[in-house]
This record gives sequence, C-alpha cells and structure tokens, in this order.
Amino acid sequence: MPTFVYMTRCDGCGQCVDICPSDIMHIDKTLRRAYNIEPNMCWECYSCVKACPHHAIDVRGYADFAPLGSSVRVHRDEEKGTIAWRIKFRNGKKDMELLAPITTKPWGSCIPQLANEAAPADSMRNTELLYNEPKYVAMNDNALMTLESNGLEIKEGVYY
Amino acid sequence: MFMTNPFAELTALISPDVMQAYLIVMAVLVAGGTILDMMHKKSAKYFFENAEKAKKSAKRTVSGGEKVGMAVATLANEVLTSGEFCSMKRRISHLLTMYGFIIFVVTTAIMIFGYSTNVLVAQLWHIGAIMLCLGGYWFWFFIRVDVAAEAAKWYKLVRADIFIVSLFTTATFALIWSYLQAGGMNVADMGWATLFFALFIVSNTTLFASVLWSKFAHMFFKPAAAFQKRTTVADGSRENLPGDFDLSSPEVQARFPDIPEYMGKNPEDMGAGIRREAPNHY
Repeated sequence: MPTFVYMTRCDGCGQCVDICPSDIMHIDKTLRRAYNIEPNMCWECYSCVKACPHHAIDVRGYADFAPLGSSVRVHRDEEKGTIAWRIKFRNGKKDMELLAPITTKPWGSCIPQLANEAAPADSMRNTELLYNEPKYVAMNDNALMTLESNGLEIKEGVYY
Repeated sequence: MFMTNPFAELTALISPDVMQAYLIVMAVLVAGGTILDMMHKKSAKYFFENAEKAKKSAKRTVSGGEKVGMAVATLANEVLTSGEFCSMKRRISHLLTMYGFIIFVVTTAIMIFGYSTNVLVAQLWHIGAIMLCLGGYWFWFFIRVDVAAEAAKWYKLVRADIFIVSLFTTATFALIWSYLQAGGMNVADMGWATLFFALFIVSNTTLFASVLWSKFAHMFFKPAAAFQKRTTVADGSRENLPGDFDLSSPEVQARFPDIPEYMGKNPEDMGAGIRREAPNHY
C-alpha cells in the first residue's frame, strides 16, 4: 500500500524525507513539496505517515485486498505519548478508532555510541556474529538460545 | 530615493497609459495562468469532490455562524500569520516575502494608476521591496530544502525556483533602478538605470507570466485548503483521521483501558519527540 502526498496539505518540511527507510520520499522539483518517487519500493512501514506534522501523507491500498474507499489513518502524538488509528470500511459499516501508548524508543535514543565501545577482539572478528550483536540471536554451542537457557523472561503487556 | 515615486520620473520616457496597460496585462496573465493551472491539474475539481466526500462522512452539520468563525480563524492564523508552517524561520521568511509582495504590488498600482507623489506611498513601495529581498534571499540562501538539507548549491536552479527567484530579482532590480534614477543625472548613470529598469521588467514579467509553471497560484488555493481542513475538524469527518483524545478524561480511559494501565491516570507530557530537531539528514 504505497504512500502518496496531499499536495495542498504538505508544506515541504522534509520530515518524511528524513525518516523514510527506503529513501523514496523526496522533494518535488516543481512545487517543492514531498512525493513518493517510487511507490513500488514502498515498504508500507507508515513511518512517513506518522512523522508528517500535517497529516499530508496517506496510504493507497492495492485494489485487490483494500478496495477503494476504505481508509486506515494514523495520528502519532509524541507529546501525549500515544498513537491513534482510525479504520474505516468502504461501506461505512465499520468506523473504528484505536488508541495505544507509543512503545517505540524515543527518537534519537538508540544511536550506537561506537566511539565509546572497546574495539572487538580477534576472536570476535572471526565469529559469524556482527559486532555488538546480541548473543541471543545466535546458536550457542549445544542448542538454540532460549529465554530459559539465558535466564530471561517475557514480561506481559507494554513496557519500555 | 525613498521619498519619490520612481514611476513619476519614468513618465518622461514611457507614457502613463503604457504603464497602466502593462499592469492590466500582468493582472490578466495572473488570472489566466491561475485558471489554466486549475484546469490542467484539475485541482478545483479534486478539491470540491473531496469536500463532497468529507460532507458525506460528517458527523454533524456546521452552522453558518461556525463557518464565519472558521473563516475568521483561517484568516487570522493561516492567511495573515502563515500559522501552518512548523518552522519559525520559514514562517518569518514567508511573512516578510508575503507582506513585502502585497505592499509592493499595491503601492505600484497606487503610484501608476493614481499618479501618486505621496511620500508615504513611495516609502512603502521601497519598504515592500526591501522586505521581499530580506525574506526572499533568506529563503533562497539558507532555508529552502535543497540548500538546507540536500547540500545543493545555492545557484542550482530547478522549476520550483521560478517563483522565488523572479520575486526577489524583481524587488532587487526595482530598488537598484530607483536608486540609480534618483541619484544619477549624468548620461552614464541613466544608462545603468535603463539597464536595471529593463531587468526589473523582465523579472516582473517572468513572475506574472509564469503562473502556469510556478507556484504563484498557491496564494489562491492555500486559504481554501486551510478553511476546508478546519471544516473537516468541525463537522467530525476529520479527513478520516482519528480523534484528538484527552487522555485524562475518564470516558477516554474507560474506552481505551490500555492508557490508564500503562500511562497512569494523568499521563505526563512526553516531549517534542521527532520534532525536537529539524529534519536535516536527507
């Protein structure tokens, strides 16, 4: 479901260009407003939709599974720490609103400070593990890593 | 220079009738360009279709009084103070350019059609041009995304630049022409004054004749779009966006129990988040 921009809402601020992981949100050369340069490459991650301060970006569903007329829109309010969704069927019979706390990490808090880390030892360089990769994603010597074998527990609910 | 009507001195070379005819042609070009722009992009058709769609999903009817209130709010916020901009720098630059342009155009019309020699009008014409230059150059060199975020050189021109470049070159050439014409009485100075007057006319004609290709027409459709946006909030259709919930309200907490469970009864202000820094990582 690639994104598109309502040109009358966009003010060309560049938040979507900044956040798009596919680097396909660009500033138009004629009107200096944002647009999706390659809808086929859109991951439908909704990052730009959530980041747009004017709600100028929407998602157009593919006609086979999201017929025209339906709508899935979102408002991410960081001051309140919530994310709200509204899902509307095209026949108007379902108009549902959802509200939940934002559970992602705060913006800019997960930038690795590699300069502060010790350089990897040779043994580390020779493993298949990437530098700083959590050990839980790999096999241990005997079996798969499990929560139990590592003394971890899943906590219920939303937590940071 | 600041005290005199530069067009009054120009009457020695060009008749006032020609100047008036030129202004009328420019006004016709703006009107024609805007209509062609609307027809080409089908923006008006899209706008009214969208408004109709919003009306169908409206949850309540907006009264005439409310509409007047929204029109006043749109005028005060979006139109007169450019309140839709998130960036304060862009907002100030836009206000300088917008008011500079309005003052410049209105005083030009007064001076040419009214044969005004009023000192205040002449001063306002110059002030308008200076405001246009300040806002325009600030935007051109520092604020526009190509330069601020995409590391493009300031001299790299794209089609989006027709409007802003012709705006600030019009104001710049007008000021230089006025200065040379007011100060120079010798032949060499008059030659320079004529050159800058010609450049002023070229820039000005580009500004008003390129409406179909530039973003000149935004000044007409932006207020309509801003009013429509307020209408969708007032009638509850909200462009299919979710509501703006008050997290401390017991009804909201009863409807969405996750909120009090994970965020408490009175959730704190969580900070500016993504907006804490300007987008500049293109």
